[in-house]
Amino acid sequence: MNHIVLYPLLIPILTASIALIAFNNRRLQRWIGVIGSALLLVASSVLLYVVSTDGIQVVQPGNWEAPFGISMVADLFSALMVLVTGLKAFVVSVYALGDMDDERESFGYHPLYQILIFGVIGAFLTGDLFNLYVWFEVMLITSFVLLALGNKKSQLDGAVKYVVINLFSSLIFLSGVGIMYGITGTLNFAAMAEALQGTENTGLVVTASMMFLIAFGIKSAVFPLFFWLPASYHTPPITVTAIFGALLTKVGVYSLVRMFSLIFTQDIGYTHTILLWIAVPTMVVGVLGAASQYDTRKILSFHIVSQIGYMIMGLAFFTKIALAGVIYYILHNILAKTNLFLVAGIANKEVGSYHLSRLGGLYKTNPLLSSLFAISAISLAGLPPLTGFWAKYTVIYAGLEVQEWVVIGFALAVGLMTLFSMTKIWMGAYWSPLPDASRLASDPDFKPVSGNQKAALYIPVAIIALVIVVLGIFGEPFFAILFEAAEQLLDPSIYINAVLNP
Amino acid sequence: MEPLLAIVIGVLVALSVYLLLRKNLVRVVIGVVILSNAVNLLIFTLGRLDRGIPPLIAAGEYVPTEAIANPLPQALVLTAIVIGFGLFAYALVLTYRAYTEMGTINVDDMRVAEPAYKGEELPETAVTEGEEK
Repeated sequence: MNHIVLYPLLIPILTASIALIAFNNRRLQRWIGVIGSALLLVASSVLLYVVSTDGIQVVQPGNWEAPFGISMVADLFSALMVLVTGLKAFVVSVYALGDMDDERESFGYHPLYQILIFGVIGAFLTGDLFNLYVWFEVMLITSFVLLALGNKKSQLDGAVKYVVINLFSSLIFLSGVGIMYGITGTLNFAAMAEALQGTENTGLVVTASMMFLIAFGIKSAVFPLFFWLPASYHTPPITVTAIFGALLTKVGVYSLVRMFSLIFTQDIGYTHTILLWIAVPTMVVGVLGAASQYDTRKILSFHIVSQIGYMIMGLAFFTKIALAGVIYYILHNILAKTNLFLVAGIANKEVGSYHLSRLGGLYKTNPLLSSLFAISAISLAGLPPLTGFWAKYTVIYAGLEVQEWVVIGFALAVGLMTLFSMTKIWMGAYWSPLPDASRLASDPDFKPVSGNQKAALYIPVAIIALVIVVLGIFGEPFFAILFEAAEQLLDPSIYINAVLNP
Repeated sequence: MEPLLAIVIGVLVALSVYLLLRKNLVRVVIGVVILSNAVNLLIFTLGRLDRGIPPLIAAGEYVPTEAIANPLPQALVLTAIVIGFGLFAYALVLTYRAYTEMGTINVDDMRVAEPAYKGEELPETAVTEGEEK
C-alpha cells in the first residue's frame, strides 16, 4: 500500500495540533505554521511526481477494500490541485507573518488556517461522496471562524450571509448524496460510476445531478448563486480573503468537474448544455459587477465570479483540450487572483486604503509593487505570454473546435472587460497622484511597512509572480501533464480500474 | 412507511423554506435546522426501510447468512447530525454576536458589509475597511 497520498493530509492536521499545543506562544505558532506549510509543499510535489510517473495512486485506509471503505485517490487532476494548494498555503503563511494582527493570532488563526488547508486537500483527494461532504464541512466550519475572527461589524455582517447560504448548499449536497446512495447503493466514486454505466434510470440520475449542480454552484459562486461572495469576501483581513479566493470556490469547481466527468455522463447533451448557459452569465455578470466597484477587494471578488465562468465553460465543452484548459485555468486563477489580493493588501499597508479614491502614487514611489501588480494583472486579463493567456487560449480554442460561436464571443468580450478593470486599478492606485484624503497624506501617525514585515509581505508575492512568468513562458512540459490529466478525466474507466481493480 | 416518511420530509422542507425566506435571522437559522433534519430523514428513507432484521452476524460466521438491514445510512445520518449540531451552535452564536454588534436581526437592515456608497468618490465621512482600527 502506498501511503504517499496521505502525507499532504497528515502534515496540515499535525501542524494544526502542534500549533494548538503552542497556543500561548504566538511567535512559535507562526513558525510552526510556516514550517508545516513548507513540508506540505514538499509532500505535494512528491505526490505529483509519483502520480505523473506511476499513474493514479489509491490508498484504502484501514485496509477496507473499495467500495466498502473510504478510498483516497490521487489522479493527476487531484495531484495538481494539491500541489497548487501546497504552494499557496506556503506563500500565504509567509505573507501572514507580515499581515496578521496579534489579536487574531491569539485567538487561533494559525491552527485554523492549517485545518482549512487540511479540509481543502481532503476534498481534493477523497474518492468517496459522503467523505467529500465531510471534507466540505471541515473546510466550511474553519472558514466560518476565519471569516468572523476579529469581530468587526462588517465581518459579522458578511459572515451571516456566508454561513446561511453555505449551510443551505451543504444540505442540498447532502440530500444529493442520499439520493445517489439510494440509486446506486454505494458512495465510492468509482463504484458509483460503474453502477451508473448503462443505467436505465437516466431521468432520476439527471435530477440528482442538478442537486449537485446547485450545491457546488453555490460553493463555486456561479450565476445566479454568487451573491454571497462579493458580500462577504472583502470583510476579513486580506490574508484570509486571499486564501478564500484562492481555494474555496476552486474546491467547488473541482467537485463539479469531478462529478460531471466521472459520474454524471449519462446525458451530456442535457447537463453540459445547462453548464454552458450557466457559464456565460457568470462571466458577464461577474465582470460587469467588477466594473461598478471602486474598492480593490470588491473588484477582485467580482472577478473571482467572472473567472469561475470560464472554468465552467471549459467543463461544458467537455473535450480533451477543454478539460486541460479548465485545469490550467484553475491553477492560473489560484496563482494570479490571490497574488492580486496580496498586492492589494500591500498597497493598503503602504498607502492606507483599499478604495481607489484614496489610493495613488504607487507607480512613482514603489516600482517593485507596481511591477508585481502588473505581472499578476496582465496574467489575469489574459495577455501573452503569461499564464492567463494560455489558460484563456486553451479554453477558447476548445470552444472553437466544438463551434460554440456565441459563447466564445462572450468569453472574448469578457476578457476585454477584465483588462478594463485591471486598467482601472492601475490608473486609480498606481498612475494617479496620491490624493489628499489618503491616510499616507493626511494621517501623521500612519507609517508604511518596513524591515522584516516588508520582506514577509513582498517575498511571497514575488515568488508567485515568478511562477506565473515561468509557467507562461516555459509552459510546454506542463501542458503535457495537463493533457494527460484531461485524458484521465475523459476516460472514467482509468479511474474506476485504479480504485476497484488495483 | 415510505409514503408517510415522504410526506413528512415534504412538510419539513416546505416549513424550512418558509422560515428561510423570513427577514428575522433567528427564524432563518431555525429553518436551516429543520431542513437538515428533513435531509437526514431523506437519507434514512433512501437507505431502504427494513424492520426486524438487525445487521448482526451470528457467532462463528464471517458473513451474514440471511438478509440484514442496511446499517450504513444510520451511520451517515449520525455523522450528519453531529456536523449539523456543531454548525447550528456556531450559527446561533453568530446570530447573537451579529445582533449585539449591529443591533438588529432583520436581515434587510444588515448592510454594514455593503454600504450604500460604492461610487468613485467616497463621502468625506466614509470609513472603508482597511482604515478602520
